[in-house]
Amino acid sequence: MRKNTLNPIPCTPHLSVNIAGIKLDNPVMCASGTFNFAEEYSEIIDIKKLGAIVTKTITLEPRQGNPPSRVCETASGMLNCIGLQNPGVEEFIKTKLPFLRKCKVPVIVSIAGETTEEYCRLVQILSKEKGISAFEVNISCPNVRSKIRNMMFSQDSKATFEVVHQIKKFSKIPVIVKLSPNVTSISVIAIAAEMAGADALALINTPIGMAVDAKKKTPILSMITGGLSGPCIKPIALRMVWETFNCVKIPIIGIGGIMDWKDAIEFILCGAKAVEVGTANFVDPNVMPNIVEGIKNYMHENKIKDLKEIVGKLKINK
Amino acid sequence: MQVCDCRILENLRIEKDFFRMTISAPQIAERSEAGQFLHLRCNDSQRILRRPFSIHRVIRDRIQILYRVVGSGSLEFSEKKKEETVDVLGPLGTGFKIPEDIKKIIIIAGGMGVAPLLMLADKIKSIRTIKRQSVTVLIGAKTKEEILCEKEFQKLGFKVHVATDNGSKGHKGLVTDLLKSLLCTPYSVPCTAVYACGPKPMLLGTAEICLSHKVPTQVSMEERMACGIGVCYGCSVSTIDGYKLVCKDGPVFDAQEIIWD
Repeated sequence: MRKNTLNPIPCTPHLSVNIAGIKLDNPVMCASGTFNFAEEYSEIIDIKKLGAIVTKTITLEPRQGNPPSRVCETASGMLNCIGLQNPGVEEFIKTKLPFLRKCKVPVIVSIAGETTEEYCRLVQILSKEKGISAFEVNISCPNVRSKIRNMMFSQDSKATFEVVHQIKKFSKIPVIVKLSPNVTSISVIAIAAEMAGADALALINTPIGMAVDAKKKTPILSMITGGLSGPCIKPIALRMVWETFNCVKIPIIGIGGIMDWKDAIEFILCGAKAVEVGTANFVDPNVMPNIVEGIKNYMHENKIKDLKEIVGKLKINK
Repeated sequence: MQVCDCRILENLRIEKDFFRMTISAPQIAERSEAGQFLHLRCNDSQRILRRPFSIHRVIRDRIQILYRVVGSGSLEFSEKKKEETVDVLGPLGTGFKIPEDIKKIIIIAGGMGVAPLLMLADKIKSIRTIKRQSVTVLIGAKTKEEILCEKEFQKLGFKVHVATDNGSKGHKGLVTDLLKSLLCTPYSVPCTAVYACGPKPMLLGTAEICLSHKVPTQVSMEERMACGIGVCYGCSVSTIDGYKLVCKDGPVFDAQEIIWD
């Protein structure tokens, strides 16, 4: 998969999408945790070309994250057990948000807590700030556990309902709920989130995996297990987006191993209204602007005027 | 920091599984500092993460990397031919600092650790206030064949001492033994700086010896890495100020700030 520099086409198709009231110029945004707070990549790419920025997940208090080693490569993918290292909400507002506001792209702040109260407190604090378009509620980080159930909120439909329902009471902006693939039935969780008032769903977060050093007879990651990402998870993600699309009405943001425009189109056909690109940023910093151009060319070639025309329009022969 | 396709001018096997690649990278070369690194992209879709390589030397608009084939990624690079291109992200990280009052320098390398230290040596040579005879280079490796760059350091006019595990060249034992004896001789410690790169146990040994002699020491660290630019928080290292990132805050750190476990 080499870099393909595609020329913009004069007759521009309609790439803009509306996700729960947030207007995006195009459907391509970064996945939380793979773009930090946009400062680093802004040195290499034009951030204005993105549909939106999803920040690294913010917690109430600063988190130092897990000990090394935190990442390792696996076949067509990678594992991570970062553990939500972040400066905490106060520092985020003071030192990270001012730069994000200047990016002139919708900013979606990813938030996580160990209790429902923590999520609500975060929403209350951040709601006072200008320049935030939506929250992405991370209830699916495989490297932290909720204090109450010792599992992810998104692994239990009642817990998902409860946390989303409470957050919705406090949030004045759209709430996107990010779901975990580490569940028996994604539909059950997706419906719970929708019923609780989620404005959109983002899926998938990382499946839990593990890597072993045969020579040393040890796990490679310090936390033994970690979240798997990259092209190896795309088939799982596509299946879950398709399944979710068939059981909820709210918009879906597709995530999981998107490396190029073709992958993005696959997610859109399976029902995603927009996509998030994660691990691919590490491979090629230009990947997101290239995907936007690729989608534009695809639409032109297929005479698609508005992306809406193909959302969920997977042809099933029966 | 930028990403670009760079032309390979040479990719030479220098010894056993050690290779030196020279690429044409005018804009990256111009900004590169000793101790920084490049992040090279693999062509195989199974290997999605870039591979970090220390900048070995900058010769005008050319950059050299010195590497050993240790896995499938480095094997792929070793098979690249002249005139092919390689996708490079760089220069990355924070490199070595040379304080103005430094008069004496000890460079200590273990195995592949010589890679970033030759560029540092080039830099030191260009500093007029540091006399060539006050720079000592200590190189350690398992065997004679794995002692790299000895001649290059000598050509710069620096004294070079060698240690090998099997005694096939120089001192039989650890390179840190050489450091210990060097610092124990009537060696005027004030205004001395030590620069180290190599395997973790060697860096720890260096840090301990230097601490006991109160010599400021900079070490170039390694850790499993993903993004290379400080966004993913993958390559953390424990320091007295909490976790720092090898790719952004480092790879060069003050030895005394590292918590060695």
